[in-house]
Amino acid sequence: MIWINAIIQGLLLGGLYAMFSCGLSLMFGVMRFVNLAHGDFAVLSAYVAYVLVEHAGGTPLWTFAAVIPAAAIVGFLLQRLLLDRALIGGSLSPLLVTFGLSILIENVLQQSFGANNESLFVGSLSYESWKVNNTIYLGRLDVIVFVIAVGLIAGLQLFLSRSRPGRMMRATADNRRAASLSGVNERRVRATATAIALATVAIGGLFLAMRTSFTPTSGSNDLIFAFESVIIGGLGNLWGTLLGGLILGVAQTVGSQINPADGILAGHLVFLAILAYRPQGIIAPRSADS
Amino acid sequence: MRAARIDLTTQVRRYTATSRGALAASGVLVLVLVWLPAFAGESTVNRLTQFFSLLILAVGWNLLAGYGGMVSIGQQAFLGLSSYAVLYLSLHGVLAWWAVPLAISFAGVVSVPISFLAFRLRGSFFAIGTWVIADVCLLVVAQVETLGGGAGASLNDLNNFKPITVDDVTYWVGLAIAVATLVACALVLRSRLGLALISIRDDERAAEATGVNVARTKRIVYVLSAAICGGAGALLILANLEVQPDSTFSVQYSAFMIFMVLVGGIGTFEGPVVGAILFFALQQWLAADGVWYLIILGAVAVAVTLWLPKGIWGTVDPNNRRSLVPLRHRVDLHRATKSSD
Repeated sequence: MIWINAIIQGLLLGGLYAMFSCGLSLMFGVMRFVNLAHGDFAVLSAYVAYVLVEHAGGTPLWTFAAVIPAAAIVGFLLQRLLLDRALIGGSLSPLLVTFGLSILIENVLQQSFGANNESLFVGSLSYESWKVNNTIYLGRLDVIVFVIAVGLIAGLQLFLSRSRPGRMMRATADNRRAASLSGVNERRVRATATAIALATVAIGGLFLAMRTSFTPTSGSNDLIFAFESVIIGGLGNLWGTLLGGLILGVAQTVGSQINPADGILAGHLVFLAILAYRPQGIIAPRSADS
Repeated sequence: MRAARIDLTTQVRRYTATSRGALAASGVLVLVLVWLPAFAGESTVNRLTQFFSLLILAVGWNLLAGYGGMVSIGQQAFLGLSSYAVLYLSLHGVLAWWAVPLAISFAGVVSVPISFLAFRLRGSFFAIGTWVIADVCLLVVAQVETLGGGAGASLNDLNNFKPITVDDVTYWVGLAIAVATLVACALVLRSRLGLALISIRDDERAAEATGVNVARTKRIVYVLSAAICGGAGALLILANLEVQPDSTFSVQYSAFMIFMVLVGGIGTFEGPVVGAILFFALQQWLAADGVWYLIILGAVAVAVTLWLPKGIWGTVDPNNRRSLVPLRHRVDLHRATKSSD
């Protein structure tokens, strides 16, 4: 029964990872690079919420209303001011710029808040749970996060397949030049993608901060987990990313069940095994891009 | 009207007056550095040892990213593994100084199987993939209790020597690794392998089409760069006389490497040297202020990539005219009327 519990908790955790990784996947699809500061933006959002609660009071839940739009605006500006410029400089530049940004954010946070563990306390939601049987308890917050994660991915998928800006985004991901020639405003598509990515990562960051804790440098781990989910699930497919997140979550909780110190290592090993035996991911992309 | 006819002869050469001068000056500098512990204070010697470790890291990362086009943020894996190899060997009766070449070879050998995994990924994914691999090394090493576990361990077998002797010998080891790294890089870049490497960086498909064995060339460079990083790792455990998994496998070393190479000039031979000197100065100047120098480091890395993408050396010498190291052939045209052989 403890194993079933580990798997269920892993699935719930995996929802959170999927939430982190859908933005990463979206940006990669449109621009072909990974934002190495992705996890740090999650942590930054958490600190913003932390400060807001400290000054304005109330439950951290209301900060979603402030932090998500702010993150989207930051994403838009980030794309316009820095990343668009970096994309001109070849394939190495966006990596180097976002890595520099990552160092910058982590150390500014460290300077401002110290290296302590912080957490967003959401009252009774933090500890209340539904009892399934004597071993299995489902944390209320964990279930809510999972449901929102699935909803977010479904919404994003719907946006990409049904809406006009979403179709433009997919067209840009498939073939940048052809999309541009058919009248897609590539700059706007890129800025929209980054804005959405940062908004989703802010949601993930706040939920992570409510579920566990965060430090100025914990963004690195968030980035690595998001990246592993994307690779495990297979590129270019949001449902694959969800699946990847779930697999990673289960690997980590089952690993910790075997030995409490081995959770993260178990996740890494599953990732490396996928890399070795199925590098295209569990759900392979439908067509190779040209 | 008579057509003007100018006879030109061409001469291909590697050395220029600049590069001859620079080589001679470097030779003198190395001799001075070898002699230095005889007249300099211990703190200078120890600081220079730290500087050598930075220089080695920068040169190794530049070889991988600047010439090989592979941006890794996981080279600290080899740094840490090599530090731990020195520790392991010293626990098993090998004097730490003698363990250095073995540890460097170990880093190189381990990088071969790792490369098969890492090369499944490209570009951005390669970068994070190597980071995950470094994290795996950290998590595994931190569980080996005989090597100190998560708390780390100190290197005790040099305690029988006088501290001054330890500092000086470690300094010489560092100097030797640094010089060997620079010479090895220069020789590689002058060779057929170096040419293949640069062609892959500039256009992988075109290189493959002209008969370059892309996978093999990249692998050789990856292994070489891992061994160089291992050199820095072996040096750092000798200099610090202790090793701790969280710090030796820290991604911060990647930040340092990237900063030095970017600021100095990525893909140039001289760039990482310039970058290492600047970074070392920055570190000495700002280290007392805690994280401030890391904040500056991040900001400068962003700014340099966007507004000075060739770095300092690449901006000073955009067309490789003033190259201090004779890496490339150059063609000079002479009028036939001038006597030339």
